[in-house]
Amino acid sequence: MNTSAIILLSIVWGLVTFFTIYFFIIILRAPKKPEPDSYTENDDEV
Amino acid sequence: MNKIKTLNLQKPEAWGSRVGLVLAMAGNAVGFGNFLRFPVQAMQNGGGAFIIPYLVSLVVLGLPLLLIEWSSGRFGGQFGHHSTPFIMYSLNKRRIWQYVGVFGIFSNIAIASYYCYIESWTMSYVYHSVVGTFGGMNQHQVAGFFDNYLDISTSSTGIPFEAVVFFVLCLALNTWILSKGLSGGVEKAAKIGVPLLIIFGIFLAIKGIFLRSGSQGAIWDGIEGLNFLWTPKYDSLANPKVWLAAAGQIFFTLSVGMGSIQCYASYLKEKEDIACNAMSAGFTNEFVEIVLGSSIIIPISVGYLGIDKVIELTNLGGLGLAFRTMPYLFQQLGVLLSAIAGMAFFGLLFFAGITSSLAMGTPVMGFLNDEFNWPRKRSALTFGIIVLLLGLPTVFFFQKGVFDEYDYWAGTVSLVVFAMLEAILFAWFFGLEKGWAEINRGADIKIPILFKYLLKYVTPVVLIAIFIGSLVTPKDDDWSRVSIKGWEVSNGSIIGQITHKGIGPNKKYFANTFYSETDGRVDSIYTLRNKILVRIIPDGKPEDFAINYEFTKHHKLLVSMGETVKTGDPVYSGKIINNIFYIDMSRILLVFVFAGISFMVFIAYRKRTHENRI
Repeated sequence: MNTSAIILLSIVWGLVTFFTIYFFIIILRAPKKPEPDSYTENDDEV
Repeated sequence: MNKIKTLNLQKPEAWGSRVGLVLAMAGNAVGFGNFLRFPVQAMQNGGGAFIIPYLVSLVVLGLPLLLIEWSSGRFGGQFGHHSTPFIMYSLNKRRIWQYVGVFGIFSNIAIASYYCYIESWTMSYVYHSVVGTFGGMNQHQVAGFFDNYLDISTSSTGIPFEAVVFFVLCLALNTWILSKGLSGGVEKAAKIGVPLLIIFGIFLAIKGIFLRSGSQGAIWDGIEGLNFLWTPKYDSLANPKVWLAAAGQIFFTLSVGMGSIQCYASYLKEKEDIACNAMSAGFTNEFVEIVLGSSIIIPISVGYLGIDKVIELTNLGGLGLAFRTMPYLFQQLGVLLSAIAGMAFFGLLFFAGITSSLAMGTPVMGFLNDEFNWPRKRSALTFGIIVLLLGLPTVFFFQKGVFDEYDYWAGTVSLVVFAMLEAILFAWFFGLEKGWAEINRGADIKIPILFKYLLKYVTPVVLIAIFIGSLVTPKDDDWSRVSIKGWEVSNGSIIGQITHKGIGPNKKYFANTFYSETDGRVDSIYTLRNKILVRIIPDGKPEDFAINYEFTKHHKLLVSMGETVKTGDPVYSGKIINNIFYIDMSRILLVFVFAGISFMVFIAYRKRTHENRI
């Protein structure tokens, strides 16, 4: 591969991969909202 | 803590988990276009330089539209609306917005009806890859296999009407998953489908990037394909065609302008984050498109066919490359690897497809449930039946242009019109102050203030420009032709399509003579499965661009082998139904579907008024 292709590919792939992982980690680490929230996995017993 | 689920037959729809929602949204966005359209568009628009307008479009168009759709969906959901006619009406109490919202149901139904057909091809190709159908076939035979498949009267498995059977199977699977509801069906499918397609994608990307000339039958290094795709050609940045292509790609890849994002988001409560969810789903789609999408079909095809041949093949589109060429290339990997690679490639396309087609069913079900109180199973079955009825013409008359008509009007024009109007509604009618507060309510990230101005001024204006550009695209996409005195529009522009500009000499529905639609040479006259075909190779084009005109023994052939023909020269005579008939019938059908949904929205509004629910 030529240098300009390597530079462009590395920057774009790096940015996109970084943001994909960054936002997904925020979602995984975000505290759950108090009930009633939107997700059934947090539902209390009935 | 022990949890006991509430047993309630009419339990309201809800997402099971936040990760499930994001995967479902990402699955909605990731579709065939990520693997087939993006690399082809990049190849045709300057290689690496395409990525610059693409990323600019992502920021000024894609991300703002994601924020608009997620926030307006969640806003409408607070009033119990789960489809765009009434979600849009909740943003501004003018009834016209209900009918603008019809696009958000119409495009889902119409797109699903041909999208599920492509999905069924991928199902079928997974089967054929695993059982080794393509073993020992040369490139022409593999391409011929696809042509035979589309010709529904023939079967390679012994199952009569194989293409129809796979289409019905695929629709039945979609309907069954939809009938299980959001968390029990759509979300589960996304939790399985999205990770699997990423795993398959990584496997194939590694195969593509590390393909070496001299090994496994490769003639060039696969990385040469990446090199071509990522080498910037900055002169192409001055061409408006490249910018329009990049904006179009961003538009289609994120599945904006369809109404499915609003529907998914409408099941979120007011305090729930949408900003980070939207960014996460959007960037997951971008990862799949930019990193995986650029590393599969182009590097593998360049490795076996060389750059010049691949550039030539990309002019036939991504679908052609995937279904007519890739199975042949996989054969070069050896018996076992070819089966695995074929299964992985068509499997990833299948998962990309089904997670998108499920998103197309959800708004329709939401509308039927909200307005007519239909239970989930009945709504899912209704969606399946409508898509089957609307999809069968694309199956039976694929080669007559019906598929392309659906794709153009429902899958392209409707999306642009709807996105343009929703951006205007959100920024200028709902009001950006309210809109900005809506986007930031409950947000787990801080959206840069820049987006407020993009949402207000840039995104609506860019969308209006794209719409006008699509309306009057100049011939050959050459924008230097645009002049105050007027210019010739391209066949693919909206005006060109309405006026049947690209139809050529066969303009009558029913005729007694069929005329050549190209200048070229009669290359062969042959019989295939009880049909007689005359093959014409257009002047200056290679064999891959040959056009086959089909006729029967009841027609009289008027050309002979080797003869040179001009556009408009008679090819055969007899009773003929021209493609323009099928094209116009498709358009009428789509207009009826749109009108029918509008009527249902009208009835729903009256019902709501009567019940004092508006």
